[in-house]
Amino acid sequence: MRRLLEKYPPMTEHMLDMLHDLQQAEPCNYLSRDALTAVAEYVNVPVSEVVSTATFYSMYSLTPRGQHIIRVCESPPCQLVGAESLIDLLAEHLQIGVGETTEDGLFTLETTSCLGVCGVAPAMMIDEEIYGNLTRERIIDIINRVGGGR
Amino acid sequence: MRLARGHVLIGINDEALLAGARDVEEALRKQLSDAGLGDEIQVIETGDLGLAGRGVMLTVHPDEVTYAEVTVADVTEIVNEHLLKGRPVERLRVAPRIRSTGLVTEQPRVVLENCGLIDPESLEEAIAAGAYQALAKVLGEGIAPAAVIDEIKTSGLRGRGGAGFPTGLKWSFTAADEQVYIVCNADEGEPGTFKDRLILEGDPHRLIEGMMIAGYAVGASKGYVYIRGEYHLSIERMQGAIDAARDAGLLGDGIFDSEFSFELEIKKGAGAYVCGEETSLIESIEGKRGYPRIKPPYPGSVGLWGKPTVVNNVETLANVPPIVLHGADWYREYGTEACPGTKVYTILGHVENPGLIEVEMGTPLRTIINEYGGGVRDGKRFKGALIGGAAGAFVDETSLDVAMDFEGLKEYAAVLGSGAILVLDETVSMVGVLQGILRFFRHESCGQCAPCRVGTAQMVEIIDRIVSGSGCSEDLSLLREIATMMRDTSLCPLGQSPILPIETALHCFGNEIAGDLADGEALLPS
Repeated sequence: MRRLLEKYPPMTEHMLDMLHDLQQAEPCNYLSRDALTAVAEYVNVPVSEVVSTATFYSMYSLTPRGQHIIRVCESPPCQLVGAESLIDLLAEHLQIGVGETTEDGLFTLETTSCLGVCGVAPAMMIDEEIYGNLTRERIIDIINRVGGGR
Repeated sequence: MRLARGHVLIGINDEALLAGARDVEEALRKQLSDAGLGDEIQVIETGDLGLAGRGVMLTVHPDEVTYAEVTVADVTEIVNEHLLKGRPVERLRVAPRIRSTGLVTEQPRVVLENCGLIDPESLEEAIAAGAYQALAKVLGEGIAPAAVIDEIKTSGLRGRGGAGFPTGLKWSFTAADEQVYIVCNADEGEPGTFKDRLILEGDPHRLIEGMMIAGYAVGASKGYVYIRGEYHLSIERMQGAIDAARDAGLLGDGIFDSEFSFELEIKKGAGAYVCGEETSLIESIEGKRGYPRIKPPYPGSVGLWGKPTVVNNVETLANVPPIVLHGADWYREYGTEACPGTKVYTILGHVENPGLIEVEMGTPLRTIINEYGGGVRDGKRFKGALIGGAAGAFVDETSLDVAMDFEGLKEYAAVLGSGAILVLDETVSMVGVLQGILRFFRHESCGQCAPCRVGTAQMVEIIDRIVSGSGCSEDLSLLREIATMMRDTSLCPLGQSPILPIETALHCFGNEIAGDLADGEALLPS
């Protein structure tokens, strides 16, 4: 962790980048107590200040998440063409609710604001990859592919 | 640099990538080389080619033939028929959105001049297309910072982030200090808006140059580009462009042997719509929660780390180099008296050709939807449009002749906002769209001030009730009352926004919405 942090000068202005990096390095895609404490010690601020920042932004999580994060766009252009039913479909297929993680720890289902690919709405993002023109069939196919044939 | 007789430009953005652009590109390179054309035809990656939802797009120059929805299976035909024998593959052909003949096109491209024409990862191509000439003019001719501000003032350029504040005036309000900052707001989160992303990805050097000229004008030696954390490709391209500019001596100390020094850094957001508000964005750069600050003081006097700071939108800054290079008079030839220049829009929803366009300010909405958007999809009837994203306004068919600029839309109590035009056909349920918008605000309210935190949640409760069929006429007045209270008492534009979509939806589609109420018939005109 220390090595990741030392890429940046120990200043609060780099805190968002540090949190991004530490979260990415963690297999469960979240900011652990240790990670938050390490950032606080490194930039020399109370842990509460780091927690305060981390809990504000939707891309960070303080609880362990799945190996892959599914973010379904729920902004009006996607909603217009059926994003909501896709969230229901995913929830049913993965047997989890929004914000929850599958039992095998493979997927976490989240929603996100506009991904900026409205031309191929409805869209979702899995990790750093964007998928558009989603249909019921395509979405199951993508999940199976990303999940390695689950 | 190798000379080629022809170029194939392949548009690379998130949409194209998910349609398999990399595979097409690889197949193209391989088959060109197999056909012995490897030295004659060059394949170049470029930015967005102007049409959304049409898969992988290619443009062949100098023929100016554009192909859409190209798959790996089509590559052989394109190489054999078109590139080898000179016969374009008609079945894949679409009308080009971009032509290389400069401004004499169907779209006046001031901001998007190079988008979709150059390789955004090549500094050399950007320079060949005119990048950094305006900066060289300013520094080389020793134009005084005040004169640069005057030129921008005279040009009439207004902020393209939504509010439309005159840019030159904003710059002139910036206090003098040892340290001044220039910040580019690329935290594009307004639903349906992705113009800034495509500018960043299509012509990043344009933005660097705009920021440097702005920095020079206000006395800033340090700039930040705050980019949404979800925009991976934008961050990558921008970082590549900054590194290339620094290696070439275009960033750093004593640029073009002048006294002017400038450094640029990317700040990556972490998912918060409210950070598009300039003071929230400043808080976020400082590494804190993105809570908006109370204004005044404005960032121009007390901004980043308490220092004077100018925050400008991507599109605004991308307008700066051409204005400085060609002059304010040239710029004023575009657009209207009150709103000179062009505007970049993303046109979406139920239209034939969704995508990115740039047109003159004041272009009628009808022209934008019918000519550039190709009209309403599947022969359906136009019902209305949401202009400016969730924080925008609804218009109906009686407003189709509105001149699209900051002033023209005022007459219809609408706003230009971020430049998103979401077209709705006759099948759309307005309460459903309104529900989506209000849920969006509830999700994105930062929670700092009570009117917005509580108000957005209450409004969702009400709209959910209406959508489920158990709403009553009192619910509509309650919605109005809450939204009005939020407008009057919220700290930042987020809480002040919901009133606009609510009021305009009720104004344009009041009868339909009344029909969705349990006791709505009483409200309908007999």
